[in-house]
Amino acid sequence: MSARTKDDIAAAIARDITAEHPDGAYVNLGIGQPTLVADHLPHDSGVVLHTENGMLAMGPAAHGDDIDPDLINAGKIPVTELPGAAYFHQADSFAMMRGGHLDVCVLGAFQVSAGGDLANWHTGAPDAIPAVGGAMDLAIGAKRVWVMMTLFDKQGASKLVPTCTYPLTGVGCIERVYTDLGTFAVGPSGVHALEINGIDIDDLVERMAPLELHLDRVVRAGGDR
Amino acid sequence: MTARICTGTGGTGYDEAVAGTADGSTVLVGGFGMAGMPVELVDALIRQGAGDLTIVSNNAGNGDTGLAALLATGRVRRIVCSFPRQADSWVFDDLYRSGRIELEVVPQGNLAERLRAAGAGIGAFYSPTAVGTPLAEGKEVREIDGRTYLLEYPIHGDLALIKAHTADRMGNLVYRKTARNFGPVMATAARTVAVQVDRVVDTGTLDPESVVTPGVYVDRIVPATQEAAA
Repeated sequence: MSARTKDDIAAAIARDITAEHPDGAYVNLGIGQPTLVADHLPHDSGVVLHTENGMLAMGPAAHGDDIDPDLINAGKIPVTELPGAAYFHQADSFAMMRGGHLDVCVLGAFQVSAGGDLANWHTGAPDAIPAVGGAMDLAIGAKRVWVMMTLFDKQGASKLVPTCTYPLTGVGCIERVYTDLGTFAVGPSGVHALEINGIDIDDLVERMAPLELHLDRVVRAGGDR
Repeated sequence: MTARICTGTGGTGYDEAVAGTADGSTVLVGGFGMAGMPVELVDALIRQGAGDLTIVSNNAGNGDTGLAALLATGRVRRIVCSFPRQADSWVFDDLYRSGRIELEVVPQGNLAERLRAAGAGIGAFYSPTAVGTPLAEGKEVREIDGRTYLLEYPIHGDLALIKAHTADRMGNLVYRKTARNFGPVMATAARTVAVQVDRVVDTGTLDPESVVTPGVYVDRIVPATQEAAA
């Protein structure tokens, strides 16, 4: 079994959202890769998408004549509205986020710590221009905050780390991390692999060191799928 | 009470709407990207010539028009925003990297709530956003019922420039789709509120149940065309 593609990761997230929220859920998908999750949610999932710029029941990306410059998502991409959609202003949009009214939020990340700290807004490089947008509000707002990312960076270093070295977006806010090589629970009891994809367990443990990887909760590994 | 419908005495309606803006003003500019961006009002502010401005807006300009064009004039001393860096924010990027503009980065929800607080007469509030991050630096920290919060202060504007879809002559506003974004909160948070709209309708035409911004907040309205003011 091979490593997961972006679409495979998005499908896994969509599968878990629907399995763990059988009656539907209010979900915010962060800009970039997490938006792919929407493509994998069944039409009858009951999932209602929130976009931070002020809309619930956001539909798929708009094409051709459906493009309306007044109807965009958080990534400023033209989108559509679904039946039951609602529009609201920014203070309301972030009140529903900060107030814990959203069930799941999926974000991208530079790093996630074993304890669930998130770093995804600023590389800390001296010439980088800081831009946070809604990331800090999203990180601490939704009931469950999940991350979608590659497990290793371009230099091969694990992005799941004992302690984040990039500037933090939120503290102890992440519950689960979905990657190309597996799914991990993070939090007070450290990192537990839930699923491992396309990599030998011993290799994974070695490449993620010095992070301590707990294997007591692995439900799917290697080629058993 | 009616809002002033600006149809352009000595210039365009947009010029009339921003007349009298003083140097050193804090100007709230609506929009999320280009959705809800009051481009014509910002262009009028450029012509009006006020300088030493503080701009409060979600982004720091896109491309070379609107807010980006205002920044390019060098008349903005400081910008308060959540997401300055974008693929097409080259005007801001250049000013920032050469030290010609001050930047205060505010998480988007705190930006909205600080504007809301200003409009609602709230002296300050505790927010859980940004706790434990670099943006918490210098802020008062308080634990309430086991959760940690930061003290956040309101952001008041001297002038707000926003875009709505329809206004009536009392200044009641209806927005369109996600172009609503910062309009309603900014409309409450500034001493003078100028709104550009696609059309102005007679008082009594808008469904009172659907009014988003009540006219009490709105001072000046510019319809997109003369016909639209009818």
